[in-house]
Amino acid sequence: MTVSANQAGDIPPVEIPDGELVEERLVLWYFYAALAYLFISMAGGLMMALQLVEWNPLQGSEYLSPGRWRMIHTNAVAYGFIANAFLGALHWAVPRLTLRPVASRRLSYFIFDAWQIVVLSTAVGILFGHAQGIEWGETPTWIDPLALAGLALVAFNFMVPIAKTTGPLYVTLWYFMAAFVWTFLTYAMGNFMPEYYVPGSSGGAIAGLFIHDLVGLFVTPLAWGLMYYFVPILLKKPIWSHGLSLVGFWGLAFFYPLNGIHHFLYTPIPMFLQYGAVVATIAVEMVVTTVIINFFATIWGSTRQLVTNLPIRWFYSGMVLYFVTCAQCAMQVTLTFQKLIHFTDWVVGHAHLVMFGVFRVWFFGMMTYLFPRLLRAPWYSRTLCEWHYWLSIGGITVMFIDLGLAGMFQGYYWASLRPWDESVIGSQPFWMIRLFSGLAIIAGQITFVYNLFMTWRLSRKAPAWSTALATA
Amino acid sequence: MFESKSGVLLIGGLGFFLFAFLSNAVVPILLYRHLPEQSVEQLVENNQNLMYQFEDLYVRYPETFKKYYGEPTQEAAAEALRLGRQVYIGEGCWHCHSQFVRPVSNESDRWGKVAFSEEYQNELQRPVMFGTRRVGPDLSREGGRRGNDWHAVHFFDPPLVSPNSPMPKYTWFYDGLSFDALLARLEQQDPKLLETLKAELGDDLAAKRAEVVAQLQARRPELAAELEASPDAPNKRGLAIITYVQWLGSWLEQYPDYENYVPLDEEMENPLE
Repeated sequence: MTVSANQAGDIPPVEIPDGELVEERLVLWYFYAALAYLFISMAGGLMMALQLVEWNPLQGSEYLSPGRWRMIHTNAVAYGFIANAFLGALHWAVPRLTLRPVASRRLSYFIFDAWQIVVLSTAVGILFGHAQGIEWGETPTWIDPLALAGLALVAFNFMVPIAKTTGPLYVTLWYFMAAFVWTFLTYAMGNFMPEYYVPGSSGGAIAGLFIHDLVGLFVTPLAWGLMYYFVPILLKKPIWSHGLSLVGFWGLAFFYPLNGIHHFLYTPIPMFLQYGAVVATIAVEMVVTTVIINFFATIWGSTRQLVTNLPIRWFYSGMVLYFVTCAQCAMQVTLTFQKLIHFTDWVVGHAHLVMFGVFRVWFFGMMTYLFPRLLRAPWYSRTLCEWHYWLSIGGITVMFIDLGLAGMFQGYYWASLRPWDESVIGSQPFWMIRLFSGLAIIAGQITFVYNLFMTWRLSRKAPAWSTALATA
Repeated sequence: MFESKSGVLLIGGLGFFLFAFLSNAVVPILLYRHLPEQSVEQLVENNQNLMYQFEDLYVRYPETFKKYYGEPTQEAAAEALRLGRQVYIGEGCWHCHSQFVRPVSNESDRWGKVAFSEEYQNELQRPVMFGTRRVGPDLSREGGRRGNDWHAVHFFDPPLVSPNSPMPKYTWFYDGLSFDALLARLEQQDPKLLETLKAELGDDLAAKRAEVVAQLQARRPELAAELEASPDAPNKRGLAIITYVQWLGSWLEQYPDYENYVPLDEEMENPLE
């Protein structure tokens, strides 16, 4: 593979020998690891769903307790699936954007191993009851310094090629660079301050910042950065407006970190800070709208691709759901709405919509695009790819609507001062539907993994299949 | 500046993060600096309500209590509270129960006094256990609302005392009954079976433990199971989590919370009073 850069006149073209730019094996490994954790996470989610409808067959075992598996469910998604998938995608995208390999190939493999150890020990620690009392930060306290060191190494490994580039930086790299700084700071702040230094309400404010920044300053910028990278490549045209890209990035950078306290509205955290978080949140949704406009203007004229091009369909479905999530967020963050929906399944639906409906959907798009290129074999079955798409999107749509409705019912049950039981009984039909929507999602992922396995076998049989698809 | 490396790293990455950190984290820390963090020992010291519950645990479950905590002293209560908080976190209780009463949605009618800052300025609320989801009810006013025996049965098998509860069982909070206690239980519940066993195996049942257990497993399996784990023998973690739950809200003047309860319809008859 030969890549040459000629976008700016004064930069000499770079010649890179085949296979030295992207460590493709590592990308594959990261994706495999991500999928493995995805199944661990889904097992936890399934167990919790069964528990709520009182069908859990594994009652009474300490290490299969749904309370512990609930934490494995969220942590396996955040640090197992999403972080691994990011690292895989970054190993693909950063060298291609900078035309330089990462700082050190050895370091890359070391980080891969170290990160799997971090995630596995998190799971084992939680399983043995050593969780830390911070939502999304349940990683046992003794792993936190290791994870932090890992994040620093990741930043170093990718920052070296980025730092070496000259000339203007592409949008994707703004997001990546900022995310490296933010993720490190967020992780340090959220895992150490409320645990060791700050009790009570102000500790709650910091925990809120952590919950929110983990989504907003780690996942969101990396994910949008990858969208700015993959969408123009697949559509074979540039992003519609560079100005809107700027607005999107700087708007997110300024407003997103100010949102955290909206997770704890009506707590004893000072009211003016709560109002501030509400206003900043609504501002973020305005910014999001500009980004969505930018991307939909980009695909305008090529909308046929939504039917024919599966990765593009995944990406844009995720964007539609992202807009839904954000529109929902702008409403639910108001104090009026909070009275009704806080503490209910509405919030659970919102979290699933953003973590599954947006970010995982985007990763499935990237994987659908990249696996044939990494394995050098076309997908075993396009039909199975379609099943993966429709089961995932159908499942998450039903789950989101169902949990949103459940949340409103629960809110009214509670405010009506009827006995608590009635809210639980009233939730049962919704929990049942949620269980089956979750099973649909799981079925979708099983078809995906089966398809992947068959593709892998195909790649073994016909190693001669070349990179002809690489430009498709 | 907006597209350069230094701009993105220093202004976007560092600058905006620090701005948010100062305004959203440092400001509340400064606002609450007049409320120093209380240690668990300080919390226990003047809390008669908590000590009452802790002594009640000692009276109800003397065997396991003595084994794990000795006497119901303040030091033992502090130890139980610390462990109780660990259990509360490790089991994920805080993902289905909140610990703050909001000033809206009639929550103070259901649970009591609206949450206030002082009650969170202590070691047990670091990290704070506000919670973000309620499958079960808020717990910050739970102390004294129900007895220790209720909690012991409830953690063992929630639907036994709270029908329709989707809460999981926590059987690992319990030791098994001793064999003697099991025989005493049998005498109380099913004297006929005890007689039959004595007729079959001889009067000294304690010497024929294996046979007795085998017989019980066939005829009264639920009783035999209590040799493994029994709601009457909460272990170290069981006693700790009950103490922790009884602590929640025990610092309030109005304790237990339902003492001054006025039924809603009576309250509504004279809304101006």
